[in-house]
Amino acid sequence: MFGEHGFFILACYGVSALALGGLALWIILDGRSVRRRLNEMEARGVRRRSAGRSDA
Amino acid sequence: MALMDLANPTRFLALSGRVLPWLSGLALATLAIGFLLAFRAPADYQQGETVKIMYIHVPFAWLAMFGYSMLAASALGILVWRHPLADVAHKAMAPIGAVFAFLCLFTGSLWGRPMWGTYWVWDARLTSMLVLLLLYLGLLALRSAIEDPNQAGRAAAVLSLVGFVNVPIVKFSVDWWNTLHQPASVFRMDGPTIHSSLLWPLLICALGFTLLMLALHMAAMRNEIHRRRLRVLEARAAAEAAYA
Repeated sequence: MFGEHGFFILACYGVSALALGGLALWIILDGRSVRRRLNEMEARGVRRRSAGRSDA
Repeated sequence: MALMDLANPTRFLALSGRVLPWLSGLALATLAIGFLLAFRAPADYQQGETVKIMYIHVPFAWLAMFGYSMLAASALGILVWRHPLADVAHKAMAPIGAVFAFLCLFTGSLWGRPMWGTYWVWDARLTSMLVLLLLYLGLLALRSAIEDPNQAGRAAAVLSLVGFVNVPIVKFSVDWWNTLHQPASVFRMDGPTIHSSLLWPLLICALGFTLLMLALHMAAMRNEIHRRRLRVLEARAAAEAAYA
């Protein structure tokens, strides 16, 4: 498909997709983990002082 | 809404929560169009089909430098205005920029093997880009080595400002020194030297990757703000438990 240098082209796109996909997955999973722990703390009644007046 | 109003973590969370899904979708759609055009574009008369690597390598290089420039701007926000959102932006960008710098070097190396006959040469462009990657990794190591987050933020800000001197070196290395790496072919005073059939797919891919980087940065900033809030709550819970 890409001639004699197909391996180099596919390796570039493959590794880039893996690296960027892995980065995105890491950020998504990190966000879920942090928000779950935050919710657990708030469910235990621990809240920030400003939570009532300024939280989105 | 004034720009400074956005520099409030709570307002940032509210706004970014609305913007992030659209920004992510736009990034993926732009990349899909860019790749469609890139894979339909003709082969280069010299590089042949390996020019396809340029549609990702060049944006990675631009964005590795853009990411470090954002780090330097955030560092000013940390050191001059001591703004907490600047520290959040700084911390969130370092791993993202490191991935883009790594991918720039990796794709460039795989392009170099068939085109130059070697994966690597110690020329000024390649070496200064490697230094940029090492600066990103140094920032990550520095933050994890200092326990106090405020001290870590200030130290990382100083390092990123000092390291910013490398960004113009990366950009102009091909003009200042005799390098194997070709000179700039898009952002030139006399206009691009690339044929439009190759230039447009490249620019659209670059726009798509830029939107992707901004979306990843926004999501990582949201995580960091939540992490800091969690840290405060954990400290409060620990203090309450100690007094109980």
